Amino acid sequence: MQEHPIHWERDDTSRIPFAVYTNPDSHKKELERFFYKNHWSYVGLEVEIPNAGDFKRTAIGERSVVMTRSQDGQIHVVENVCAHRGMAFCRERHGNKKELVCPYHQWSYALDGKLQGVPFRRGVRQDGKVNGGMPADFDPKDHGLTQLKVATRGGVVFASFDHNVESLEDYMGPTILNYFDRLFSGRKLTLLGYNRQRIPGNWKLMQENIKDPYHPGLLHTWFVTFGLWRADNKSELRMDKHHRHAAMISTRGTAGQASGDKAQVTQVSSFKESMQLNDPSFLDIVPEPWWGGPTAVMMTLFPSVIFQQQVNSVSTRHIQPDGHGAFDFVWTHFGFEDDTPEMTERRLRQANLFGPAGFVSADDGEVIEFSQQAFETKPAHRAVAELGGRDVGETDHMVTETLIRGMYDYWRKVMED
Amino acid sequence: MMVDMQTWFGIQQLYADYAAAVDTGNWDLWPDFFTDDCVYRLQPRENHERGFPLATLSLTSKGMLKDRVYGISETIYHDPYYQRHVVGAPIVRKVVDGRIHSEANYAVFRTKLDQDSTVFNVGRYMDTIVQTPDGFKFAERLCVYDSEMIPNSIIYPI
Repeated sequence: MQEHPIHWERDDTSRIPFAVYTNPDSHKKELERFFYKNHWSYVGLEVEIPNAGDFKRTAIGERSVVMTRSQDGQIHVVENVCAHRGMAFCRERHGNKKELVCPYHQWSYALDGKLQGVPFRRGVRQDGKVNGGMPADFDPKDHGLTQLKVATRGGVVFASFDHNVESLEDYMGPTILNYFDRLFSGRKLTLLGYNRQRIPGNWKLMQENIKDPYHPGLLHTWFVTFGLWRADNKSELRMDKHHRHAAMISTRGTAGQASGDKAQVTQVSSFKESMQLNDPSFLDIVPEPWWGGPTAVMMTLFPSVIFQQQVNSVSTRHIQPDGHGAFDFVWTHFGFEDDTPEMTERRLRQANLFGPAGFVSADDGEVIEFSQQAFETKPAHRAVAELGGRDVGETDHMVTETLIRGMYDYWRKVMED
Repeated sequence: MMVDMQTWFGIQQLYADYAAAVDTGNWDLWPDFFTDDCVYRLQPRENHERGFPLATLSLTSKGMLKDRVYGISETIYHDPYYQRHVVGAPIVRKVVDGRIHSEANYAVFRTKLDQDSTVFNVGRYMDTIVQTPDGFKFAERLCVYDSEMIPNSIIYPI
């Protein structure tokens, strides 16, 4: 079957072809160019593997990888593919081991991926002669696990299959790095737990969702109803120079719920001015000194991760594609070592707003699913992303889809090269 | 047996009534199965067993349950679906100061319009039940689910 080609209606990226979400060949090319080459991907937090021998299995793109901490405290990331017969040998998702062993033929590797042991390498002695064994020129150095380049910053671990990738800092660029350091300032993190969901939509739709400040005040009625979001909140949209990463920065006004003539900033049909929570502790928000002003900063680091600060709730959201039409979305909620028990409780309570059952996140997964359903039925069509114009640039307001256009500007540069 | 026959029937009835209620689509029925200062948590087994406090939903008062009902009915945009709970026979683990600690396995099937019925969420209820003037109520209902990947979203109460 001939897959539908990707046709851009205009030179800019204000009309996005449905085929970018449906074409399997394009998806494979994206994996190669964005996840396996030239880019850094998120793998986890250092606090997930605090002790020597700890490991965590995760994914980069569609490849299974294992993040380990060796005896010397170093963090390594190796591919979960045995160098012998290619088996994805690591089945547990976390644990502590002295070495990595593939059970199929007991090839064993150090935690950094170096091959240590090959059974019957020198054959088996029987009746005075040696049977079998590896050839004399078999060199264990050539048969380690694939080792990835690793970078850590502020307790966050990134890896790349590409050892020639630029530094993590250059990769983020100064603008995004600044917001990254605001959240991950080097304070020790505490791990609060995970949420995992499988979303039947193209992985890019999740990046776009967090680059789209048009929808929160319209789709997320809950935000609006209880005064957490207003289109006239003070806000900024920032990008790296390639327009691949972004930060949506907003500061919640003190005005709270929109009312009277201000109600027009909501434009939500089901908006109820008088609605009050039965239990207001959902919104027991306590400003923290490190915020430095903004009450929410949502960062998209292309292609693999979203960093969330929504008032007191902080998390990483890891995108793991599974074919062109689905991805796994793994949420890791954390806190900081100096949090009081009350602050930990607060972060956990506000987590009700987010995740697969969250008051304002469940509907993001739903709209992504329904978008993908339509894309599949008419791949020759295209979406419109023209709010705020057709160009790409940073803004001091939220009434624009410029970050989505920016991401596709980068996408076109890399994919059409 | 840790409880007398009458209590045992009462517990059985509570489990059956709860399962029936959350499958009706009338979400207003749900908070009334709980005490005012109840705890309702929906938590991945991974977090539960590794001692991580994060829950997918963590509601710590009947008011919060009512707020969740408001979210389900009025604010969370979602695909409509039917859900069907199949709940195993409860096991009473212990009774402390009149508080009954019991558990039961559950499976929830989801049926979306025009779609097949699929296994949606599978796990175990870990409950604390108390006798009130209005009958048995859940002081705590912890739903610890095995299901590794939530199929996109969970909107309705488990």
